[in-house]
Amino acid sequence: MYGKRSRFLTIMLTLGLAFFYIPMILLIIYSFNYSKIVPVWGGWSLRWYEVLFQSEEVWSAVSLSLQIAFINATFATILGALAGLAMVRFGRFRGRTLFGGMLVAPLVMPEVITGLSLLVFFISLNELVGWPAERGFTTITIAHITFSMAFVAVTIQARLTGMGEDLEEAAADLGAKPFKVLTAITLPRLTPALISGWLLAFTLSLDDLVIASFVTGPGANTLPILIFSRIRLGLRPDINALATIIILVISICVLIAAILMFRQQRADLRDQQMAAGENS
Amino acid sequence: MTGAPTVSDTPWLDQDGQKPLVQIKGVTKKYGDVTAVDNVDLDIYQGELFCLLGGSGCGKSTLLRMLAGFESLNGGSITIDGMDMADVPAYERPTNMMFQSYALFPHMSVEKNIAFGLQQDRVPKNDIVDRVHDILTLVELQDFKKRKPQQLSGGQRQRVALARALVKQPKLLLLDEPLAALDKKLRKQTQFELANIQEKVGVTFIVVTHDQEEAMTLSSRMAVMDAGRFQQIGTPTEIYEFPDSRFVADFIGSANFFEGRVTEDSSDHVRVQTDVAEVYIDHGQSVLVGSKIWVALRPEKIQIVKTDEPVSGPNTVNGVVDDIGYLGETSIYKVALPNGQIVDVTAPNQSRPTSETQRITWEDKVAISWEPSSVMLLNS
Repeated sequence: MYGKRSRFLTIMLTLGLAFFYIPMILLIIYSFNYSKIVPVWGGWSLRWYEVLFQSEEVWSAVSLSLQIAFINATFATILGALAGLAMVRFGRFRGRTLFGGMLVAPLVMPEVITGLSLLVFFISLNELVGWPAERGFTTITIAHITFSMAFVAVTIQARLTGMGEDLEEAAADLGAKPFKVLTAITLPRLTPALISGWLLAFTLSLDDLVIASFVTGPGANTLPILIFSRIRLGLRPDINALATIIILVISICVLIAAILMFRQQRADLRDQQMAAGENS
Repeated sequence: MTGAPTVSDTPWLDQDGQKPLVQIKGVTKKYGDVTAVDNVDLDIYQGELFCLLGGSGCGKSTLLRMLAGFESLNGGSITIDGMDMADVPAYERPTNMMFQSYALFPHMSVEKNIAFGLQQDRVPKNDIVDRVHDILTLVELQDFKKRKPQQLSGGQRQRVALARALVKQPKLLLLDEPLAALDKKLRKQTQFELANIQEKVGVTFIVVTHDQEEAMTLSSRMAVMDAGRFQQIGTPTEIYEFPDSRFVADFIGSANFFEGRVTEDSSDHVRVQTDVAEVYIDHGQSVLVGSKIWVALRPEKIQIVKTDEPVSGPNTVNGVVDDIGYLGETSIYKVALPNGQIVDVTAPNQSRPTSETQRITWEDKVAISWEPSSVMLLNS
């Protein structure tokens, strides 16, 4: 079964990867296209990168998106972690099932519904208490926190369940009060999950178009909103340049993560050898 | 470290001497409809190494966790050193626990793991250093204090876990299957080590185990648990030689059982008629003449001889060797009795067999017999 590689499988794999990567490669190639009309090749050039770097509009969108993503990730991680802790470590409390269901509901809720309901909420809130006076940065951030918190909570919940309670019980047994157990044992053990939860929330926010479109106001364009609105006016080469930069940044991040993981594996292996080497 | 107790080696027999360190009264724990621990009473004295022995799900770990304060009680009370533990949270109890998984903190070095408990008590820094050093010397891990738990072998981790639990000098140390994760050879060696350390530090140990050999080696007294109740509490010798019930006789070691009827009961002997032989017991036991009773015999307390002659009289019966298990130091003979029952007999292999005629082998006709003092009579 392993000896002879099935031709069918090879073809399917090649096709699958091709569908995935050829569009991106095309995008990168066309970002270096001199021609103003995207599908017409006009020779190699960095012209659109120049245009991009001079565009106020693009950079304010990038900056807005990054700010929202950062604040969102931080708050979503804190709230999500608290919710996850409540679900896994607080035993059976009244309304636990309801709470758990409401926690994961945003995961399955269509974004259009989430966006629309948040918009309605913000408008009626404005009429009731006069806040938020205008929609933009604050409303997008709040909207993002509400849905990305659910993803963080699920991540934390899974990690906590996998960790078991032995270590926390051991710490309590050694005299650590509940808050000390949280800071000295639970949180350090949760760090990987907190980091991945933060990154997940960051990406979700950076990526979101639908919800942001609903709750944004005049002048507050996040990067996805900007790209989408420009595409509606036709394909533009400077957007290709922007996309290429985004792909580059993401690739570097993935590479760093891979190197870190590789190092961790090597360290684990060393520990195992160390443990086995001195059996006593 | 506190000194070893000087009062008595058998405080549980001393009615008006020492007060028990741990008093468990009518303790019950229920999970929904399942009763994990069912109204148990137990006194444990200062300096004891007490084992809770039982199969999985018998409630032994639940009882230990209730002592540590991880589980609440549905009934009864636990008193440690005269103090009711009902409202005392785990982090304020004078107990420490050694977990089956060891539960070492993976993000802390050996040293920091052990110091953790002392830091919670706000022990001065210099004292912490000294006490960590002393306890590491006791478990012979001085050279490993900078290592992380995952850089240690199983045996070393076990010692770190023990050191971490002992360093706070608890009144009571709770050990949940302390040796279960070690391989067999290391486990045997560690059993004695653990008992030695207990003797040195004088702390009262309660050990939960499913391994009867471990319980017998370690304990001053032990309790055999089944279905949330204590079946018998006593010293290893009492439990092995004088089991109260068929369950205990069968659970601890192995035993051959014969059903019989009491034919004679006097102050210095008892006679029981079974369908394989008459059994004579040379000590009095309170049984009713005519009542049904179980006779139990340990395999190593039965003698086996090769003979063609039919035997008669009490405490002896003819049989045929049905199967042999050769274990090296001993052999197990499965002897078929005239009524078809198979009896296990173990005999030490004191000398190498020199000739084939001498050796007992398959299908040999044999006679088995036992001392009148070795018979165990069980009502249930």
